[in-house]
Amino acid sequence: MVTANGDKKDGVQVLSRKDFVSDQEVRWCPGCGDYSILAQTQKVMPELGIPRENIVFISGIGCSSRLPYYMDTYGMHSIHGRAPTIASGLKASRPELSVWVVTGDGDALSIGGNHLLHVLRRNIDLQIILHNNQIYGLTKGQYSPTSELGKRTKSSPVGTIDAPLHPLTVALGAEATFVARTVDVDPHHMVGVLERAYQHHGSAFCEVYQNCNIYNDGAFADFTAKEVRADRMLFLEHGKPMIFGKERNKGIRINGLQPEVVEIGVDGITEADLLVHDETRPDPTIAFMLSRMSYPDFPVPIGVIRAVQRPTYDDLMTAQIEHAVAVEGEGDLRTLFTEGDTWVVE
Amino acid sequence: MTTLTKESQGPEHPELLELDRVTIRFAGDSGDGMQLAGTQFTKTSAVVGNDISTFPDIPAEIRAPQGSLPGVSGFQVSFASTEIYTPGDAPDVLVAMNPAALKTNLADLPRGGILVVNEDEFTETNLRKATYASNPLEDGSLRSYRTFRVPISTLNARALEDSGLTAVQVDRCKNMFALGLMFWLYSRPLDTTVHWITEKFGKNPGVAAANIKTLKAGYAFGETTEMFATHYHVPKAKQKPGLYRNITGNEATALGFVTASKLAGRQLFYGSYPITPASDVLHELARFKNFGVKTFQAEDEIAAVGAAIGASFGGSLGLTGTSGPGLALKSEAIGLAVMLELPLVVMDVQRAGPSTGMPTKTEQGDLLQCMFGRNGESPVAVVAPATSSDCFNMAIEAWRIAIKYRTPVVFLSDGYLGMGSEPWLVPDYDSLPKIPVVFASDPATYKPYARDPETLAPPWAIPGTPDLEHRVGGLEKADITGNVSYDPANHDKMVHLRAEKVARIAQDIPELVVDGDERGGLLVLGWGSTYGVIMTAVQRARAQGKRVSMAHLRYLNPFPRNLGEVLTRYDKVLIPEINLGQLRLLVRGTFLVDAVGFNKVAGRPFTIRDIEERIGELA
Ligand code: SF4
Repeated sequence: MVTANGDKKDGVQVLSRKDFVSDQEVRWCPGCGDYSILAQTQKVMPELGIPRENIVFISGIGCSSRLPYYMDTYGMHSIHGRAPTIASGLKASRPELSVWVVTGDGDALSIGGNHLLHVLRRNIDLQIILHNNQIYGLTKGQYSPTSELGKRTKSSPVGTIDAPLHPLTVALGAEATFVARTVDVDPHHMVGVLERAYQHHGSAFCEVYQNCNIYNDGAFADFTAKEVRADRMLFLEHGKPMIFGKERNKGIRINGLQPEVVEIGVDGITEADLLVHDETRPDPTIAFMLSRMSYPDFPVPIGVIRAVQRPTYDDLMTAQIEHAVAVEGEGDLRTLFTEGDTWVVE
Repeated sequence: MTTLTKESQGPEHPELLELDRVTIRFAGDSGDGMQLAGTQFTKTSAVVGNDISTFPDIPAEIRAPQGSLPGVSGFQVSFASTEIYTPGDAPDVLVAMNPAALKTNLADLPRGGILVVNEDEFTETNLRKATYASNPLEDGSLRSYRTFRVPISTLNARALEDSGLTAVQVDRCKNMFALGLMFWLYSRPLDTTVHWITEKFGKNPGVAAANIKTLKAGYAFGETTEMFATHYHVPKAKQKPGLYRNITGNEATALGFVTASKLAGRQLFYGSYPITPASDVLHELARFKNFGVKTFQAEDEIAAVGAAIGASFGGSLGLTGTSGPGLALKSEAIGLAVMLELPLVVMDVQRAGPSTGMPTKTEQGDLLQCMFGRNGESPVAVVAPATSSDCFNMAIEAWRIAIKYRTPVVFLSDGYLGMGSEPWLVPDYDSLPKIPVVFASDPATYKPYARDPETLAPPWAIPGTPDLEHRVGGLEKADITGNVSYDPANHDKMVHLRAEKVARIAQDIPELVVDGDERGGLLVLGWGSTYGVIMTAVQRARAQGKRVSMAHLRYLNPFPRNLGEVLTRYDKVLIPEINLGQLRLLVRGTFLVDAVGFNKVAGRPFTIRDIEERIGELA
């Protein structure tokens, strides 16, 4: 057996991106950000060194949740919001598999919000890729739980009146051990984040800003467009100061309990004054702060925000069973049948 | 009741009467340990060779105020020298540990019945809590019962004077005094309970000694006081030889599921969310870790079934369990399993509904929910155990069908079966038939929705199998390939195939067996936990010369293949159900038979008398 951690068996045939392309015609709208996510996912898979048959993609309902059909792995396009439950049962019962959940903002944070919380707190060793387009695409354009307040959509003709969720904040609140963000328009960055998500032992939560060019076009363009990206996004790197800007001259400093944007060289500020990114910090306060930074007040952080170690649910479950077998011996039904008081009728 | 064998041991000794059946109800505050007293009495009765049947009556509120009416907890045990099928309609003996217990249970005690009350608890405060205007012990309202006023609290305290325990600890032992007294009254040995106490309180020898002491004091009280002029003896029942144990339906269910997993050689994965009265199965299965059983206490009912589906997708036995309200929440996911054609067993321990209903009370109200409570044409198999020990057999049967036909199967139990207990003839594990499991492995021939020509089951191809990578989902799939399909003709074909697959299970289950005349007269058709009551009522009616037969369904979807034909052989068909006629609706709709019903939905099992009376109207 080859483990999901990628211990390569000798002689395992080397796979390429093509091996992960299924025979199904991709049915997203032309120009949809989902294409990029699919392409990067297919690209990453052969790099992970897992036998293809040990990979399972499980999704819920929504545009993003079509993705498993296009991956030539095992896959299940399940029901709305419930992918984490199915993935949890699969991973807990078959820990050697590499299980990926594909979901969207409505699927994960609205109808499936409860399951997202609990899969993260359990820290089941799987990857959750949340395509966040801040809209309901499949049902043709209603607002989603991540749509900005006041957004006008078909179901909110004069603007929404419910405040949006921040997916990364939710994940941190749910005790997630791995929290990251990437964007559809930066394939290179996305590949890196997906690899890191896979390497993380525990639940890895990745938000991908994904453009829905039909119902919410340009939702992220203000900061993801190539020309402005460097100035409006903060590429997080573990152990490095939080610097951004075309000129690499801006940074994030902590002022009291608040982050602030500062300019290196102005008012005597040097790199040493900047916050150094530490994704392994046990205390989630800074991660929480990063999860709430948004454009235009701040550059939008992308990359791995948090990556800490905590025992996984599936490991603990296996350990409990192994312990029980070690202490009580392999269960024998003949003994179990006659537990408690028995009597013989002649 | 047969009498007689008087033992002549002198006038000062109470006389010993032989009875063939006795039903005792222990009732007290939920803190009084009545369930314990009841189960101990049951165990001892089983050990001395009686046939037994029990039913606990547990209050809905976990911590209702002490002494209040909602706080009353009861346990009824029937024991006999003949075969019995129910815990008895009405108790012969009521042990009431306080006024509230008397108030809530007295109506069930027939006139002339034995009433043992703990008179110490009939204080003004307790009487008020039980809403008594005057003390029933004083006002003559108990005149028509054989009432025995026993100062149980005082006698218990006196027995434990030197125990070194606190007053509260001492008071907690009084159930054992009452139990000891009952042991004397019905001539039962103490050793089984003494043994149990020693084990249970092994870490606390002081408490163990006190419980044993007061148990013996209760026994001695019966023997030495002149209060009781008579005591009783219920001889051994004639039972099938073998090794027995007492088992509740929920225990038998859990054992059945783990047995199925061993017979199939596949890991059992149980996803569940706590719910009364199904939680016991979760507790039981959680103990079976050394059998490789994995239990997943999910965040909600939907996650519980979702996880089970995930486990089944991975080749384990994905099981979920709940009661009615939880089944409602699981509906969409069960529909997914229908579409995926994965094996899945869904246990529903029914309780009184609708909505939250009465969680600790029994009902048969979920049959139609199991059958039809999903969107679209979404057939599942449904099996229903007939007795507490039958839960074991049907749990295995549910898995056999689910695996062979790759279909969800609902295992439809209820609170009465789940919480009630009876002796279980321990099966010989090695003689139980194995459940074959075949996984697809050949890429050359594998097609996700190609079907076995006999069962129509598609292959089970699990992750980890090289070159069988495939995608499944809730969208309609093309025949054979399983690709997403919106083709009208294909959808029609798939709807029919899924229905036909479940229908074919009828070829693979036993025919319905009728107990009684082969034709003519009245047929009483039942399902589920009403078996014992119907059986007893039918036997009694026959003893009165009535032409009554009975048949009991343990397979509700599909029905046994001969059901339609059986129904045509009788002049009348009566279907008693603890619902408003759900099986009747199915039977009438399927077979165009003019079946009539008996439908009383009181949150409790039928009484034998209920059924007898209805039979009397028809036969
Ligand atoms: S509706 Fe939006 S999210 Fe859905 S496929 Fe089209 S572009 Fe993509």
